[in-house]
Amino acid sequence: MNIRSTEIADTFAEAFKMWGARIVVTAATRQWAMAAARSMTGFATSVIGCKCEAGIEHELGPGDTPDGRPGASLLLFTTDREGMGKRLVERIGQCVMTCPTTACFNGLEAEKTVPVGGLLRYFGDGYQISKKLNGRRLWRIPVMDGEFLVDEQFGVQPAVGGGNILILGRDQDTTLRAARAATRAMRAVRGVILPFPDGVVRSGSKVGSRYKSLIASTNDAYCPTLRGVVAGSNITGDTNCVLEIVVDGLDVAAVAEAMRLGLYAAAKPGIRQITAGNYGGNLGQYKIELKTLLNIK
Amino acid sequence: MAPANPIAADQGWTDSGWIGEQAMSLNLTLHTPPAVPVEAEILTPNGTAGLDDAAVASLAVLHGNQRVPIGDFFRVRGRGNGVIHLEGDLSRIKHIGAGMSAGQVIIHGDVGAHLGAGMSGGEIHVNGNAGDWVGPEMSGGRITITGNAGHMVGSAYRGSTTGMLGGEIIVHGDVKNETGHAMRNGLIAVGGNAGDFTGVNMRAGTIVALGELGIRTGASMKRGTIVSMHEADILPTFTYACLYGPVYLRILLQHIKRLGLPVTDEYILGQYHRWCGDGVELNRGEILIYRKR
Repeated sequence: MNIRSTEIADTFAEAFKMWGARIVVTAATRQWAMAAARSMTGFATSVIGCKCEAGIEHELGPGDTPDGRPGASLLLFTTDREGMGKRLVERIGQCVMTCPTTACFNGLEAEKTVPVGGLLRYFGDGYQISKKLNGRRLWRIPVMDGEFLVDEQFGVQPAVGGGNILILGRDQDTTLRAARAATRAMRAVRGVILPFPDGVVRSGSKVGSRYKSLIASTNDAYCPTLRGVVAGSNITGDTNCVLEIVVDGLDVAAVAEAMRLGLYAAAKPGIRQITAGNYGGNLGQYKIELKTLLNIK
Repeated sequence: MAPANPIAADQGWTDSGWIGEQAMSLNLTLHTPPAVPVEAEILTPNGTAGLDDAAVASLAVLHGNQRVPIGDFFRVRGRGNGVIHLEGDLSRIKHIGAGMSAGQVIIHGDVGAHLGAGMSGGEIHVNGNAGDWVGPEMSGGRITITGNAGHMVGSAYRGSTTGMLGGEIIVHGDVKNETGHAMRNGLIAVGGNAGDFTGVNMRAGTIVALGELGIRTGASMKRGTIVSMHEADILPTFTYACLYGPVYLRILLQHIKRLGLPVTDEYILGQYHRWCGDGVELNRGEILIYRKR
């Protein structure tokens, strides 16, 4: 199975059930909206160490936001619904409410909701104001530049985390270029985010460690420096660099579509193989077969 | 030309009048104006559901101190299916839509007092003027008046501590005194001027007047928001806070604009003077006055 000169491994990405939320952040200018968006989605690369995964889904123009100001749509994923409520309150409280001129709205119509503004309101120390419009309750919390406006409830829904592709290239430059091409293509899909720095992760992990305190450790099978050391290394031929792109989405179709676009965009001269990470199908609830993705087109 | 009222057009009415019973809704046309007020709280989608024209015509209403069939005043056509059309000068017909919880009442002509009193859902649309007591103590639904309304819009009844509990009242023209008296939730939006004592004893909720306010606005209000696009006499028990652009107002005013009131972009994007009060009460209310440029 090839795309141009790049081999596509006959394997699958193993993805997991998660919970997802969409957050719309607005501000007086694009600069402040993006400042809040970056802050809110920072330190959210992996649930292993960050308790959640988050990213900027896309920017929003004034015509696309509830208050007619520039903004951004963010997605946040957690392993359970209770955790989602906590992460939203922490991050909106510390990263959005603190940012000048911002407001924060629920961007996901869902059956289940978690309270966010309904808890953040207490920061108003009794001076907060509740407003209900079109069946939706908003809280106006007094802050030093005016008011922070936030939805009382945010929708949460079952989602999918851990879709991925691994790009095996002949050198670091070539692999980085392929990875960047892939992330650009994958970001065009609505309902997904790539939670790692600029969408790319170099420190892929395997489950477990020789050290008891760690639940994950380096994915030694894909470390080029360990080719002659690790039994079962997946580094072959003239492969000298591996980069991974992880994708989380509000549904498996969006994750699969992002992976498909990533495969085609990353398949460039110098990329020897594109494969996907899995745990033998024993852990995740979803198997996204790479060959199935190629047959979609 | 598109009809001014899309709801009415959907149900067989156009700007030129009645064009047919396509929707099979209940249609009542006034043929004999009453000499004294008629109390017609039975005229709700709930009260007429499933009834044919003869059954509706036999429903009793209070004419002065006499119970008489509604057919004495109205020609009835169609069947109750959740939508009622009323036509004529109904300024002496009171309590239309009182207590309704769903459906639509569409009125072509002026309407009397207590319209939609205590309603909890559904929609009332008046292509004309309304009397006093529009939507008193209502808890849900929407009332739209394309003309003017009288005193006590969305208010508490005398002796009651709580007025409007929810829903929306949209008046394109003017309203008289004590609009939103003791209201606790919901929205009253006025395209024209509001009379004296707007928001008196207000507990919460929102009143927006695009025109001018009378005197003693927000007297004894505990919480709640009163917005005006014109300078107003502010009671001395209110204190000035600041000039700012509340983000919530952008959302609220866009909502009101979608409902047909003449909200300009300047209002949506503008700065507002905030007054806090009433200091003789909880002091958690606010009056927001648009700063003219």
